[in-house]
Amino acid sequence: MTLVRFSPSSLREGRCYEYLIRFALGGAATVFTGLVSSRYGASIGGLFLALPAIFCASATLIEKHEIRRKREAGISGERRGQEAAALDAAGAALGALGMLAFAIVFSLMVESSILGAFIGASLAWLVVSMAAWYVRRKMRSVRKARTAEKAGGSAVSRSRCG
Amino acid sequence: MTEYLVRFLVGGVVVSAFAMLGDVLRPKSFAGLFGAAPSVALATLGVAVYRHGADYAAFQSQAMMAGAVALAIYSVVVCHLLVRAWLRAAPATLLSLVVWLIVAFGLLTLAGGQA
Repeated sequence: MTLVRFSPSSLREGRCYEYLIRFALGGAATVFTGLVSSRYGASIGGLFLALPAIFCASATLIEKHEIRRKREAGISGERRGQEAAALDAAGAALGALGMLAFAIVFSLMVESSILGAFIGASLAWLVVSMAAWYVRRKMRSVRKARTAEKAGGSAVSRSRCG
Repeated sequence: MTEYLVRFLVGGVVVSAFAMLGDVLRPKSFAGLFGAAPSVALATLGVAVYRHGADYAAFQSQAMMAGAVALAIYSVVVCHLLVRAWLRAAPATLLSLVVWLIVAFGLLTLAGGQA
């Protein structure tokens, strides 16, 4: 079974204005970080490199897409929309660990090699995020199997955040 | 002015690229990793290195560590608000920004403003 798969058809679910909003938000967040840095210094500005401004828009869009999909199937879909956004948030928590690795590697390498710092930090983000996601997935499947064993195979864990 | 225009364009392109990558990947929890991709950081640190040098960018990335820890806590809070408090995504993500601000500035203060 493939752990991760590509679903290019998902891009068709997005509307043109949604991509424009993301572009504008990304641009605005980068400008905002620059303004904060020049007004309050590199330290405060650095904090805002991890501001979840984009995440707010992404989670809202994911919820909206899920609700739209369920409505087309004749179901209300609000709860499923919340669950889809919650799964995205759980993934973002693991991605944040990768972001921490990115910051550590970048700060250690940038003074010796700028290009090396960007490449090394990006790789650190990718490796740590994916490893954290894989470990969480394994832990959840072990926990689910144990719960199912205890309850005679009928119980399924409801938590999506742990 | 040109610097901010460059920041806007570079930030928009990098964030959109990561967001689209997240859109086409499944399962959703894996795609969520891209919600915390260092997209703004890549754009901002690139400009910082070019404009102010490596020392300045190193200093920014040290403070970013506190922001990243706050982001992890923020994401868990958002997840619980959606699953347990049944809030919709927009209020959950916006309300939780208070948590991000408190944790990020708290950690920065604890580190003596140096993170």
